[in-house]
Amino acid sequence: MSQRAAALKPEMQYADLAQQGETAQLGMWIFLATEVLFFGGMMAAYLAYRMTYNADFDAAAKESVIWIGSVNTAVLVTSSLTMVMAIHAAAERERQPIVYFLLATAALGLIFLGLKGYEYVEDYNDAVVPVLNFHPKEGNPGAVELFWLFYFYATLLHAVHLTIGIILVFFMAVRAKRGAFDAGYYAPLEVVGLYWSFVDTVWVFLFALIYPIGRSG
Amino acid sequence: MKLGGQIVTFVIAWAVLLLLLGINVLLAYQPIGGLHGFVPIGIAATQAFIIMAIFMKLRGRPSLKWVFAGAGFFWLMILLGLSSTDYMTRAAWPL
Repeated sequence: MSQRAAALKPEMQYADLAQQGETAQLGMWIFLATEVLFFGGMMAAYLAYRMTYNADFDAAAKESVIWIGSVNTAVLVTSSLTMVMAIHAAAERERQPIVYFLLATAALGLIFLGLKGYEYVEDYNDAVVPVLNFHPKEGNPGAVELFWLFYFYATLLHAVHLTIGIILVFFMAVRAKRGAFDAGYYAPLEVVGLYWSFVDTVWVFLFALIYPIGRSG
Repeated sequence: MKLGGQIVTFVIAWAVLLLLLGINVLLAYQPIGGLHGFVPIGIAATQAFIIMAIFMKLRGRPSLKWVFAGAGFFWLMILLGLSSTDYMTRAAWPL
């Protein structure tokens, strides 16, 4: 038995490593349930104002850069695939594929952030950034501003979550490279994977609330 | 890495997620009237279901994870549901 495999023992409060891994995942699910309400509160505010100022929200939303939003959605969905492939590689105890898939996941996350930054510059040029440069082309300026405030708060908070995810994924890649998951216990990777896919899930809702509305008229 | 059944499931899920994204963008430019308020959210909910069931591995035999995932969903529905009933039934809104 290798030294690492011999050192693999559950913490004292667990019967075995499987129970320890299950508990770690449960902990992440509890955290994610609180995150649902964190983002949910913001989405509830958005829905209340959209019901009130529907036409103005339509007018505001069609100024959003849908091609960047769409490409970013594809990038994030793909990163969820590479993340789950890394976990699959860990289950098969294949060290190199774990590292490659994790690095691909982190790189896709960075591409998302890069595109988002470029989108913010485009938003500034389109004069839809409240406080800094805000001259809406149509609609009630106050209501249009509410849409863009939601846009910036929501996407910035999402970007903060994604940045934390990228750091965690990169940290996991370093651990994988050092052989931390070689012995078949990879619960930390699964926990980070849950967080990563949750951030992806939040984004598909943000995409639906921001980009595809107000464009058919 | 062996190309097993699980990998095929992941790739199919990924392809369906991209397909739904494409449908969402295409429908954004179609004259579907009042449905514009619901279709993107419906597609997002479907995408979220796929991500949670397959990438976050909620499918399979019943597990304690369902309780916590379900609790998050349940409280979100209370948050959105009760907020909506308030705003939808106010006689004088916006003030």
